[in-house]
Amino acid sequence: MAPDIWQPLLLSLKVALWATGLNLLLGVATAFALSRWRSRLSPLLDAMFTLPLVLPPTVLGYYLLVLLGRRGAFGAWLEHWGINPVFTWQGAVIASTLAAFPLVHKAARAAFESVDPQLESAARVLGLSRLAVFFRVSLPLASRGIVAGALLAFARALGEFGATLMIAGNLPGRTQTLSVAIYSAIEAGDEAGANTLVVVASLTCIVVLLLAGRLTRGHAPQRVV
Amino acid sequence: MVIDVDIRHTLAGPHRPFSLDVRFRSEHARIVLYGPSGSGKSLTLRAIAGLITPDQGRIAVHGQTWFDTDQHICLPAPARRVGYLFQDYALFPHLTVGQNVAFGLGAGWRNPSRRSLPDAARHWLAAFELDDLTDRYPWQISGGQQQRVALARALAPDPQLLLLDEPFAALDPPLRARMREHLLALQSRLGLQMLMITHDPSDVEALGEHVLEIREGRIHADSRTADVTG
Repeated sequence: MAPDIWQPLLLSLKVALWATGLNLLLGVATAFALSRWRSRLSPLLDAMFTLPLVLPPTVLGYYLLVLLGRRGAFGAWLEHWGINPVFTWQGAVIASTLAAFPLVHKAARAAFESVDPQLESAARVLGLSRLAVFFRVSLPLASRGIVAGALLAFARALGEFGATLMIAGNLPGRTQTLSVAIYSAIEAGDEAGANTLVVVASLTCIVVLLLAGRLTRGHAPQRVV
Repeated sequence: MVIDVDIRHTLAGPHRPFSLDVRFRSEHARIVLYGPSGSGKSLTLRAIAGLITPDQGRIAVHGQTWFDTDQHICLPAPARRVGYLFQDYALFPHLTVGQNVAFGLGAGWRNPSRRSLPDAARHWLAAFELDDLTDRYPWQISGGQQQRVALARALAPDPQLLLLDEPFAALDPPLRARMREHLLALQSRLGLQMLMITHDPSDVEALGEHVLEIREGRIHADSRTADVTG
């Protein structure tokens, strides 16, 4: 009895794509802000933004439940608007976004910090607003590092398990992602099903990592100065 | 064409704070700020361009106040319309020579397209004999060519003042002499006021109409002839 591979795979891809997209916005914005405006709070923010990388995913999941659950501070407000992310695929997106956030943030920050500030000064003197300098100089010069970080974040989001299980649960066809489906298959003693899912998950991650490696190491004529 | 600078600024240094206290006024077309490295020349130039905000003082150029702490005026860098030639040229590595020259001609959120460059960019590319290099990237051309690109990029938006930061320091001596002549010819043709900082006495000799010698953050000597040694 072969389990349905497609449903968990497609759900995992959907969740990972959303999480990566959201992290591109959040990770790039926070990275640029921290790389340009230093304050006494910077080390604290830096630690906070790295936390999801080192905390056990179950702790992240617990925080999300406390925050977004019906009795949670933010959850009660969402409930008021008829939204409840617990046990939905959107909940899985939130869990994956949080877990993968540091990967985009860190890569983007390193990329922004490697952009020569003189180039941004040159653009300012040539008449550009700060926002225009960001879009025309800083972002294009940091794009390689950002894309590499986003691919890693995609792989991380694809494999998210602990926090996802806690907030989105394990509802086949609705919130059962690839990694959760593997856990279920093993629990149910379905070794063949687990094997298939494990191979699919491994191959997907290898492809993503190969792409990320190509982007970070690959020859970049514009950057070899 | 009067440029009036009177600024004070303090920087925290590794050993002791560096204090800049510079005042000068000039109606000359070619002003040279001359001094050793670490004397505050670059800081002065960056303050005039609006890249740093001095602690105190005022800067007025051609009758327009750019900076005045008493009146709470500080014109942002993009509004000052200066041409700035950076010491290492600061060409945009992700853009072609043509796109670099066209960069300041539009202030929008998108870089100029490689294919359709504005006429003003074509004009400056031709003026600096860069036509053949239009589609090259900055790292694909020589140091002298890079400097011409940087100069064309600075002049294309029609600045009211040209600031030059050690413009010849990165060039070989024979090229240096040629570029000095080139700049001199260009300046007199355009009638553009320029302020150059340098530590090279040959630059002073070749280009200085009004020479200000700066040492340890202060103007040390002010002479209206080019004859300064040391």
